[in-house]
Amino acid sequence: MPRRLWQRAGLVVLALALSIWYLYPLRETINLGLDLQGGIHLMLGVEVDKYVGGQTERAAEDLKNGLERKGVAVKRVAREGLSTVAVELASATNWNDALTVAAELASFEVGQRDDKAGRFTLVMRERQVAQLRDDAVRQAVETIRNRVDQFGVAEPTIVRQGDNRILIQLPGVQDPDRAKALIGKTALLEFKLLDERTPVEQALAGRVPETSEVVYQRRVDKETKAERRQPYVVQKRTLLTGAELTRAEVQADPNSPGNWQVAIEFTATGARVFGDVTEQNVARHLAIILDGNLYSAPRINERIPGGRAVITGQFTVEEARDLAIVLRAGALPAPVAILEERTVGPSLGADSIRQGMLAILGSGAVVFVFMLLYYRLSGLIADVALTLNLVILLACMAAFGATLTLPGIAGIALTIGMAVDTNVLIFERIREELRLGKTPRAAIDAGFHRAFRTIIDTHLTVMVTAAILYNFGTGPVKGFAVSLFIGLAASLFTAYFFTRLLFDVLYMGRRKVQAVSI
Amino acid sequence: MIELFRTPRYNFIGKRRWAYLLSAVLMVVGLGTLAVRGLRYDIDFTGGTLVQVRFERSPSVATIRAGLARIQLGESIIQEFGDDREYIIRLPLTTASPEELTKRITGALTQEAGLGKLEIRRIEFVGPQVGRDLQLQAIYAVLFGLGGILLYVAWAFKSLKGGVAAIAAVFHDMVICVGALSLTGREFSLPVLAALLTIIGYSVNDTIVAYDRLRENRGKYSQRGKTFAEQMNDAINQTLSRTVLTALTTFLSAAILLAFGGKVLEDFAFILAIGVVTGTYSTIYMAGAIIVDWTQSVESRIARRKKAVAKA
Repeated sequence: MPRRLWQRAGLVVLALALSIWYLYPLRETINLGLDLQGGIHLMLGVEVDKYVGGQTERAAEDLKNGLERKGVAVKRVAREGLSTVAVELASATNWNDALTVAAELASFEVGQRDDKAGRFTLVMRERQVAQLRDDAVRQAVETIRNRVDQFGVAEPTIVRQGDNRILIQLPGVQDPDRAKALIGKTALLEFKLLDERTPVEQALAGRVPETSEVVYQRRVDKETKAERRQPYVVQKRTLLTGAELTRAEVQADPNSPGNWQVAIEFTATGARVFGDVTEQNVARHLAIILDGNLYSAPRINERIPGGRAVITGQFTVEEARDLAIVLRAGALPAPVAILEERTVGPSLGADSIRQGMLAILGSGAVVFVFMLLYYRLSGLIADVALTLNLVILLACMAAFGATLTLPGIAGIALTIGMAVDTNVLIFERIREELRLGKTPRAAIDAGFHRAFRTIIDTHLTVMVTAAILYNFGTGPVKGFAVSLFIGLAASLFTAYFFTRLLFDVLYMGRRKVQAVSI
Repeated sequence: MIELFRTPRYNFIGKRRWAYLLSAVLMVVGLGTLAVRGLRYDIDFTGGTLVQVRFERSPSVATIRAGLARIQLGESIIQEFGDDREYIIRLPLTTASPEELTKRITGALTQEAGLGKLEIRRIEFVGPQVGRDLQLQAIYAVLFGLGGILLYVAWAFKSLKGGVAAIAAVFHDMVICVGALSLTGREFSLPVLAALLTIIGYSVNDTIVAYDRLRENRGKYSQRGKTFAEQMNDAINQTLSRTVLTALTTFLSAAILLAFGGKVLEDFAFILAIGVVTGTYSTIYMAGAIIVDWTQSVESRIARRKKAVAKA
């Protein structure tokens, strides 16, 4: 064999060796999609505007405190809309002082102002708003990843998509409801004082002081499953949040056998604040509120120095465990909503694998036999090339970490059809050249040469469509596009380059070729 | 040696008026069906909830419906899926969260006597926002797919007419495929969209092979003195065996997927099988014929203008 031939053969052997390297062992290297192995696919939308609103609210609070410290009397400081703080001074005399304090809020700028009436608005800068939105999603992704890691899912996918969406894929999860509760819970833990001066009846009648609000304690009776909602009046001001938490652990509830509780421990800062709060409010009740639900409101008997507290709520051990996880992982910066959900049970996945494989083997077998009958030895060459194509396709998917989905299997089946097309193009061309009276070698040469441009054109157009599919499609369509694209790229190599090599080895080395088996 | 066609010399282009008639009939039927029966969209595009349930023993749709009636979730569609123990229940968008829905459905079905044990095998929930996004994505994907092909053909063959004719052929195939979808009462889902996009690629693939041959033949001795229609006809004949062989193998692949690929792949394979047939047909009779008629009308207009100039 001439040197060029050896080099080309070397390339093919290299490709084959690499493929086998990537594919071994098959069971571990090919990622199966959720539709094939079961699991959950979730698309969450982060309600970023709530985060922006919350930050504006906090800025309003800071501003109010700042103004009071400076001795500027205010009538009203409140959030308006998403990112505006409206300020109304008691009198216009302190106007300049007020503006100086306002200037300390670097992320805001003065919007409308009315010097004489002592009114102005502060508007959050556009860049800051965009930054906050981005932060909210980023933090949410981090938090969810933390939770999922602690929950223990093998190979989860948690990625941001677009501006405010998060795609989550949890393969093999058996209890989707529990996983969803764990992921979707905001887990905002707040400590607030009970407002003991306002009777609950009065608050329920709608007469709530501006600084207080009504929250409910929900209790589900274990036997009757009936839900009881007990109202409490609490002060709006949050004294401490779950952000200052270092540990959260499950314990048996000593006061209520069979139930579990979560013991939490604060950071040094949190413990100091907790100590101060408890010291200043002895004999009052401290409400522990999670995501707007009051869990308990124990009486403060004395200063609590160590920064430890307990959340009780008649939890089962699983509920308590999941609560501990979300508390440890931290709160989501903003609530999330489920926009899309696909859950596939593991038994369905196994069924689809079996059927998909059956179909792909069937279509492969029919094409193999057809080529062999129609083109004889050349058909065998095409079949070998087809096998190599499948090996390389699977190896590429393993190497890129692409996931094999059911539509992906369909894409592979289609690749088989299209890869064969390339060989059909070449073989028909060779036959045509033979008919014109060319010698076998010349006919092979001309056949490959003339078919080349067409093959490039056909492959490129379909690859263009596959690329567009990948960009615009979601989940299942993407899987299809990936396997089609890789399959076609591989087919250029196997159906053209590799087939040519086999033809050359068979017919070019010999001195005299009588006929081509085609 | 088995050969489908040795040196075919069919007069395809000469019979194009018949083909126009056939295509017109097919497209009218397709569009008519779409207008009358409309297209049923899967929850992927409308938003909603889909629950796939496997029962211990074969239930009747009426029993399932009776069970669901209890929880009043609105107009639900209940379909057998694959075999008689497996059913798909589709619910329109509601305010209830997906987990709540599943809980209520499972509860209602478990309570209904005569259904026996059941297993929830699949739940899909698509919110209204995502549904709208997917619709948009589908439209974009098709438009960009067509645009990409138009540009590629116009560039590779230096012929805008060729590009437009290729797109016309693809459009023809889309109408027939979607018409067939509507006629058989199948749903327009994401896999169906994938199949349609594949057909775009496939149909144009065929067209390109014929155009390629036309381009290659240009200026050859054998083509001298031939009209454009004859040249096109030659190119189609010369690539005929390849066109038919490939169509045959692809059709076989699709048919096997249709027969054995399971319920999930059924609609996908169905569109693919139909698309392969119309794609092959449209290569010959749409892409080829349109470009011939277009070229002829341009030529005769130029000729008339020349005559008019000569007279004056």
